[in-house]
Amino acid sequence: MSIDIILLFCLVLAAIWTVMTVRLIHSIIGLALTSVLLSALMYRLASPLAAVFELSVCAGLISVIFLVTVSFTQRVSKEEMPARRKERFVRFWGLLFIVAVAGLLLILFFKAPQFQLPPPAGEQNVRDVLWNLRHLDMLGQVIVLLAGALGVAVFFKEHKK
Amino acid sequence: MSADLSQLFGHFMIAIILLFIIGAYCILASFNMVRILIGLEILIKAATLLIILAGYICGRTALAQTIVITLIVIEIVVMVVASGVTLWAFRNNESIDPRKLSELKG
Repeated sequence: MSIDIILLFCLVLAAIWTVMTVRLIHSIIGLALTSVLLSALMYRLASPLAAVFELSVCAGLISVIFLVTVSFTQRVSKEEMPARRKERFVRFWGLLFIVAVAGLLLILFFKAPQFQLPPPAGEQNVRDVLWNLRHLDMLGQVIVLLAGALGVAVFFKEHKK
Repeated sequence: MSADLSQLFGHFMIAIILLFIIGAYCILASFNMVRILIGLEILIKAATLLIILAGYICGRTALAQTIVITLIVIEIVVMVVASGVTLWAFRNNESIDPRKLSELKG
């Protein structure tokens, strides 16, 4: 079995665990694990720079942001956990059914028993593309980051009494 | 498209479509704002993998990587602002259940 198939299978399993687990902390750990597996797949698809970004930003920074958000909000007590677990299973058992049926249908549709990753079709320099072809994207990214910083500042602004 | 590339496309597309289904189900079935954001993250991860796969198959990995870097920057800003909204909602309503955000009604 190819390593890519194992990685893809683990990616889907990690995403299902992220969605179905009861505790939010476990969900966040599952999301970070999904990001790590996605980074490995990106590396396999000849995109190392995007893989590094995914690993550092999505697996690291976004997990920290979610952890901070969860730590500021209410915790579920141990007495509430069994009821929550039961309610969550009732609400999410349909997901397992849908994923299983959709997975089987898609496997039948694509019908691909084995594959080997071919070498990348053409080598390009990311730096050239980023600074010459897509240089306006950099300006857009700066504006988006400033807009995000402004948005957070507005939300946490203290009202004057 | 060669046989190898079509097989590659098939395997990755199965995982991408399943990720889309999982993310969409999480958004639709959750009543917790953090879980809705996690569902959105899974949808974005599926889109990211699709862009990288398209770049690999077309032989334009550098272009796909630059687009993914832009997508990650937008993703982080969306998540930071959405987490701010969640904390703001908790501060004002003592709950992160979107059904209880009745003050937003016009």
